[in-house]
Amino acid sequence: MSKLFNSMIEWVDKRFPLTSNWRAHLSEYYAPKNFNFWYFFGSLALLVLVNQLITGIFLTMNYKPDASLAFSSVEYIMRDVDYGWLIRYMHSTGASMFFVVVYLHMFRGMMYGSYRKPRELLWLIGMVIFFVLMSLAFTGYILPWGQMSYWGAQVIVSMFGAIPTIGETLQHWLLGDFTLSDAALNRFFAYHVVTLPLILLILVFAHILALHEVGSNNPDGIEIKQNKNPTTGIPVDGIPFHPYYSVKDIVGVVVFLMVFCGIIFFAPEMGGYFLEYNNFIPANTLQTPDHIAPVWYFTPYYSMLRAVTVNFLWVDAKLWGVILMAGSVVIFCFLPWLDRSPVKSIRYKGAYFKTALTLFVISFFVLGWLGTKSPTPLYTLLAQIFTVIYFAFFILMPWYSKIDKTKPEPKRVKE
Amino acid sequence: MADSFSINDEMSGRRKFLVAATSVAGGIAGAAIATPFLLSMMPSERAKAAGAPVEVDISKLEPGMLIMVEWRGKVVWVLNRTPEMLETLVKVEGELADPNSDKKQQPEYAKNRTRSIKPAILIIEGVCTHLGCSPVFRKEIAPADLGPDWLGGFFCPCHGSKFDLAGRVYKSVPAPTNLVVPPHTYLSDSRLLIGSESEGSA
Repeated sequence: MSKLFNSMIEWVDKRFPLTSNWRAHLSEYYAPKNFNFWYFFGSLALLVLVNQLITGIFLTMNYKPDASLAFSSVEYIMRDVDYGWLIRYMHSTGASMFFVVVYLHMFRGMMYGSYRKPRELLWLIGMVIFFVLMSLAFTGYILPWGQMSYWGAQVIVSMFGAIPTIGETLQHWLLGDFTLSDAALNRFFAYHVVTLPLILLILVFAHILALHEVGSNNPDGIEIKQNKNPTTGIPVDGIPFHPYYSVKDIVGVVVFLMVFCGIIFFAPEMGGYFLEYNNFIPANTLQTPDHIAPVWYFTPYYSMLRAVTVNFLWVDAKLWGVILMAGSVVIFCFLPWLDRSPVKSIRYKGAYFKTALTLFVISFFVLGWLGTKSPTPLYTLLAQIFTVIYFAFFILMPWYSKIDKTKPEPKRVKE
Repeated sequence: MADSFSINDEMSGRRKFLVAATSVAGGIAGAAIATPFLLSMMPSERAKAAGAPVEVDISKLEPGMLIMVEWRGKVVWVLNRTPEMLETLVKVEGELADPNSDKKQQPEYAKNRTRSIKPAILIIEGVCTHLGCSPVFRKEIAPADLGPDWLGGFFCPCHGSKFDLAGRVYKSVPAPTNLVVPPHTYLSDSRLLIGSESEGSA
């Protein structure tokens, strides 16, 4: 049997680089041996991506991208299609969990300096993946054509109207109409199911290719490739990804799926955070709900959007809000060049960096919480304060990371 | 092998020219074929044809009452203001960003304190000039959530912008300009036409 199998592999290998790729990316891809649980989230993001693709295909079989039919087709999936409720909850929960694992994945990179040389491009590809993911989440949230779909889309598309001169034309071009209507729903469906998933898959492929070119970082932030066994050429602190990390990741998958199933079966709406109550009301173009807020993963940026209430430097408050909101996401791209610390990992960084990162995380959570609340003068003031802290983390980094008192990095990774 | 991909010094002037010319021609062809695709995303002829003016009967509109009318997929409010409501327009002027309606957010005939043709009847688009939400008509005076200085007006629940009873924006809110007054005209004392300034063009 194994003889037959081997000859089959041999046949393929003469026509396609199967074994060589298996070795290069799995059985002979050497990853640092000191990965901790923070390293689960990359492979979990892949798992959620597959979940979204499969459940998404099955949802399109019953969904109708038409302003007069969309809402009822989603209810049809929930009530009349066998297991439609399960497939839809897997998709909607998957959307939120995608952001949970991607935020943790990004935070891991910030803690261990995974964006530093030689991984700048890896980080940038990851940031583009994040932008595409945000676009996917936005276009997907519009599809049920409920009140939050409609008014959320209205707010986001109106932001393009804030751009001077070309704003209005750009807005009409995006909507395919002079107002948010069926034309926009139809094209956002096209983006959500074809354009963006295709781009996402290509980018994920590039992300993994870039990772395997430079090699994985690790919690100590030192390069294992600088210490290779002279006879074998294999990093002394490296272990093959397969079977060591493939098996480890399965443990992560099992734990993740327990949480995932718990949400699907017991709290698919997550108290209005994963699926908002107002979105169970069909879109009403004449009335905005009394309280509108985006889904939880967009609330920090949403807080910053509405934090600016004064005109400043010939630019009005509306455009400043849009600039700040866009800037709050784009600024992550500059991390590789803002960090001037001699060490990569938080383990060897000093008190300044640790304090700054803690303040950043606090401001991210506070802004996220404020984004779910109605604006009051106190909340607006809080949002303004924490927006300043959020940006200070990035803008002051070249200084505080340079004068920070760091510890020396070890020569070998710690067990 | 690698050399054939790079434009190196050994490349002759003729070959350099041909590579450049081919690249330019290819770029122009790419831009040309992208054009119809990009233009196909603009509002269609059907979308452009929609948006006829709407006629509203306001004979049953009691003082203090607001009705919503749909015009071009947008909400238009028709509010019959009481004399007390009209008095507040003077009181709040110090807190407004553009009390004299200097920015062109209304037709010439509505560039006045009440921003209307008839002082009592306000016709205004219920679309926040910040990011397009529809503000809420809050006619009560000094409610708990809007503070003791609130004399009635419109409050946008999305980002907290405030407008007075003539749709004029307050200072220090996210919205940059007053609400838009759409073109409108009176066909008779109680028949209002929204979206057009003359009966003929309707």
